[in-house]
Amino acid sequence: MNLVNTVLIGLKEIWSHKFRSLLTMLGIILGVASLVGMAAIIKGMENGMKEAMVAMGGVDKVLLRLQPVPSWQDHRADQAPGRTMADVQALRKSAPLVRLVSPEMAIEDVTVSRLGKNFRPELCSGVWKEVLDMNLHTLAHGRFFNEIDEEEARSVCVIGTGIRDEMFGKPEDVGQEIIPIGEQILINGQPFTIIGMFTKYMSEQDAKEAALKAKEGNQKVVAGPKRQKGWGRKGGWAFWSKNNTVYIPLNTAWVKFRAVGDLNGVPDPRLSDINIKVASLDQLEPALQQARNVLLVTHHGIEDFTFQTQENQLENINKQIQNARLSGGIIAAISLLVGGIGIMNIMLASINERIREIGICKAIGATGLDIFIQILVESLVVSMIGALLGVAASYGFVEVLQILTPSANTPVITPMAMVVGVAFSAAVGVLAGLIPAFKAARLHPIQALRYE
Amino acid sequence: MALLELRNVSKIYHLGGEEIRALDDVTLDIEAGEFCSIIGPSGSGKSTLMHILGCLDSPSLGTIKLDGVEIQKASTSQLAHIRNRKIGFVFQFFNLLPKLNVVQNVELPMIYSGIGGKERRERALKALEMVELGNRLKNRPSQLSGGQQQRVAIARALVNDPKIIFADEPTGNLDTHTGEVILELFRNLSRQGRTVMLVTHNPEIAAVTPRRIEIRNGKIADKVDTRLAGLDRLAAAAAKSAAAGAH
Repeated sequence: MNLVNTVLIGLKEIWSHKFRSLLTMLGIILGVASLVGMAAIIKGMENGMKEAMVAMGGVDKVLLRLQPVPSWQDHRADQAPGRTMADVQALRKSAPLVRLVSPEMAIEDVTVSRLGKNFRPELCSGVWKEVLDMNLHTLAHGRFFNEIDEEEARSVCVIGTGIRDEMFGKPEDVGQEIIPIGEQILINGQPFTIIGMFTKYMSEQDAKEAALKAKEGNQKVVAGPKRQKGWGRKGGWAFWSKNNTVYIPLNTAWVKFRAVGDLNGVPDPRLSDINIKVASLDQLEPALQQARNVLLVTHHGIEDFTFQTQENQLENINKQIQNARLSGGIIAAISLLVGGIGIMNIMLASINERIREIGICKAIGATGLDIFIQILVESLVVSMIGALLGVAASYGFVEVLQILTPSANTPVITPMAMVVGVAFSAAVGVLAGLIPAFKAARLHPIQALRYE
Repeated sequence: MALLELRNVSKIYHLGGEEIRALDDVTLDIEAGEFCSIIGPSGSGKSTLMHILGCLDSPSLGTIKLDGVEIQKASTSQLAHIRNRKIGFVFQFFNLLPKLNVVQNVELPMIYSGIGGKERRERALKALEMVELGNRLKNRPSQLSGGQQQRVAIARALVNDPKIIFADEPTGNLDTHTGEVILELFRNLSRQGRTVMLVTHNPEIAAVTPRRIEIRNGKIADKVDTRLAGLDRLAAAAAKSAAAGAH
């Protein structure tokens, strides 16, 4: 008995009970749609999280962190040098597996002001131009520092759009771009000329929100000062802090802001951060070992430093995604299982209705196996049609979701989720068909023929 | 060697500790090409005999040979194969599948014997031509009259070219005229050399067959009781009409 015929007869059986079959399939349809939809939402979440991570410098960024000296070196703790330019130079010379070294000298308690407006930026540091590559910055207007700015410790700065928004106004409010290149601002009272500005960093989610706002126009006019919304909002913190950055040349920072806390007439040379990027992620471990060896020399063997990789964060993201997947998957699996029970129920009712027909088939030569396969295929066909409809429905589901929450992370339908959904429904269909198929196959032809 | 050989076949049912012998020590030969009826009142065991002859059921005791092969020990799936290839059934209630159309119903036995689609269609059409239903291929059984349905059933029984055809009260659900048409069809099949077994309780129908096997209380009656079977009346009528024809 060939399979094509079996499937055709199964389809005919389903077609002759259209409404009943549809209701039966509904469980599978909803199960698959929720599985695929859930996976799409989680994928969107994951994309959002990874996006934020890239905004903070990407996976290959390694932070060189200070740590208290280990207990066996306690007696030398006062000789711990901290992070200095010596480390930076040594790493650049002697650690070939390290691709990029970016020193940062942060200035604490900074206030940026202009024409009586004051603002405390998230970050104000003296940096090298390596910082662009390190923190994945993109310059939109003007230029970045060159060697002369660095060498002469010029009073120039490059700002993020957040600073521009505070000092010069938001382009959204005036309806045109504001480019404050050449303007002067005061950083802790000292005048700096703005020579460059970064692009506005935002998550895909915020970009969509902005686009939405632009489309709707500014309908809401609120009197009085704008309310500040919390900066931890929606995980956009990474983008927010990136926008509220002021960079000045490293030497400028050292000369103009560190002279106060000087040691023996030399401004405090300690850096607030050294970030490195390794040549390739595959060689992360050897690269870090190499950097460690180099740094142990410059630190006279005192281990007052450690490396913090972004892998931990990646791990965290993966863990969260896995948890979300697990809970979503369990819900979808339960609904698929319920769908399967529905199929089994209908198949049992259906073979009860068709006992006579089964008897006829057996009388004209159908073996138990033929009947078994027939019922199993019918059950499988119901579940597969349900699964395909469910995949189609998941597109609709995701569309509706996007209309309801246009600013959320875009759900991404993955082929993997579809494959899993369809495969799982196939398994459910077969399992649900087993008992009815077995019952039907065991019917005695004479009793089945006589059944009224 | 006979087509069907039954030796000391018994079928025993156990109902609440009581032993019921639906068939009791039946020995019977049916030759190839015979046109034969099994008659007996309801409860006599004629249906049980037909089920065993038709390989729908296995005997409790005794041996049965179909076409030279002993089948009393065959498994259910082996029996299914034998039914499929060597036996054709025609039932009182036609027993067509309501969801399939005429030609699909006729094709069904060939699907189970694994015959390819093209040959299947050809043979089904030929069988339907034979019962003069070549013009109703796409109809559903519910769109046909009783006689037409029974003809479809006959086509279905013939399509796998069986060794023997069983008809269980084939006219029981038809009016007299249609019944006669159907009986004529069986007579034609017999003339073509096919082995046909009619199972009936109606002596007038049994009268069309040259050989009659009467079952009473699970045993084969030694001689056909003409009075019980009503054959005496038929014989008288035949004699009368013959006499009338002579005049």
